[in-house]
Amino acid sequence: MMNRRTFWDRFYHRLFAFAAGLCVLVLLGIFGMLLLNGFRFFESVSLWSFLGSSNWNPSAWGKATYGMGAMLWSTLLVSLGAMVLAVPLGIGTAAYLSEVAPGWVRDWIKPAIELLAAVPSVVVGFIGIVVIAPIISRIFGLSNGLNALNGSILLAVMALPTIISVAEEAIRSVPNTYKEGAYALGANSWTTLMTVTLPACTSGLIAATMLGMGRVIGETMTVLMATGNANAMPHGFFDPVRTITATVAIEMGEVPYGTTHFYGLYALGAVLFLITLIINLLAESIAAKFRKQGR
Amino acid sequence: MENIKIAIRDFNLHFGSKHVLKNINIEFPANKIVALIGPSGCGKSTLLRSLNRMHDLSPDARLEGDILLEDLHLLHPRTDVVAIRRKVGMVFQRPNPFPKSIYENVAYGLRLTGTHNEADIRARVESCLQQSYIWEETKDELQKSALQLSGGQQQRLCIARAIAVEPEVILLDEPCSALDPISTAKIEDLLLELKNRYTIVIVTHNMQQAQRVADFTAFMYLGEVIEYGPTDQIFNHPQQMLTRNYVEGHFG
Repeated sequence: MMNRRTFWDRFYHRLFAFAAGLCVLVLLGIFGMLLLNGFRFFESVSLWSFLGSSNWNPSAWGKATYGMGAMLWSTLLVSLGAMVLAVPLGIGTAAYLSEVAPGWVRDWIKPAIELLAAVPSVVVGFIGIVVIAPIISRIFGLSNGLNALNGSILLAVMALPTIISVAEEAIRSVPNTYKEGAYALGANSWTTLMTVTLPACTSGLIAATMLGMGRVIGETMTVLMATGNANAMPHGFFDPVRTITATVAIEMGEVPYGTTHFYGLYALGAVLFLITLIINLLAESIAAKFRKQGR
Repeated sequence: MENIKIAIRDFNLHFGSKHVLKNINIEFPANKIVALIGPSGCGKSTLLRSLNRMHDLSPDARLEGDILLEDLHLLHPRTDVVAIRRKVGMVFQRPNPFPKSIYENVAYGLRLTGTHNEADIRARVESCLQQSYIWEETKDELQKSALQLSGGQQQRLCIARAIAVEPEVILLDEPCSALDPISTAKIEDLLLELKNRYTIVIVTHNMQQAQRVADFTAFMYLGEVIEYGPTDQIFNHPQQMLTRNYVEGHFG
């Protein structure tokens, strides 16, 4: 015979289990939907021509083409450019905050950086168009500043809060005794940082980079607005590009339901999802190693 | 006393408004081991850390008076702190090898001082590991992470790391408090060997240890040096009542 208390106990137990299960279910649902619809795309287009070709022209007269090469490369180009800018800046800021800055400076800068993450991506894109683009076109003598470099700069800014907060936590977790050991051997604070503190938390810094990368690669609105939207193979940072995310966002609203083009957008989403999934899994496993070692 | 290595004169140290070390006047002879003993909070570690300017890291520390390493004024603002730390090495309470290989731990100070010839570094690493009696245990796995060593081995590695840059003085801050008796005995043997080449100042809570290794002992209490003399005198014929009570274990 079950009494009242046991009943409610079990009820809540199941309620929370259900809530947790729902999250996993939603994730699996999204993944399943992307894969199933993506697979239907490959009934009419080969995987090889999808990944290998860079000619994306679904509404062409005669034979439509579905090659994502240019978009994949654009996405990687913009993201890598963003990381090249954001990682040194982010780790430098984190090192400053945890090792150098006096308490009151840290108390001001940390919330400011966290607030940076709260700026809506459409606002960042807007700044890209009206501020960054003219500067780029003037400095490099281009007719138009809406290109991959613009996207990289904006995405770098958007990745900074993630990179800084994770990297700062990693640097802060390096035991003081390591630093004292280096100081006692006559190292100055710069040498100590570069030869002892940062190497001691490498895995944490890698995790910070990966999480920043995951944040950047899926960003849509900013790159859609600021990178010029030309679906062609870019030859460098001064070329306009169109990323995977921007393509899906632009074309999903117009595509006729159930066509090859429609399923093609799902396939793009699936590729993107796989990339971010891999990056996040890598970041998690590296971060787990870093937590286990306590540094 | 013989050859004076370190002379501390009218030395006072404040942390903010707290007067931590009061009017210290003491001399440490060369190639001897001096033990600093006293109850927790008496200032013995603080005094030790003054000798290589570790207090530079705490902004509210105020140091007055004079500490002389031979003719080098350690506290003078114009004296290069890096040069001081090359001459005055330190081993900490908890073994703190860097999370690098055994080899790189010892090589660290050498690279810092501008030795870049790998053959020189290798030879020096070997000789320091031998001097610290840890060579036999580690010679086949120099590339292993130092963190995989036992606590006692780590501490001997830290001593090797400290002597690699050929300091004149080695400071040890309760180096055995985290170690088992066998590791402690090995470190003590090592210290007795090392005093032939270095001047050693050791802070210890362990009075047997002070009696086993130290030539001279200073008893400190509430920031003052109460009594200083040959170890035998401090433990067996103390002149001060406080010292007698402490070494006989009435408080501590």
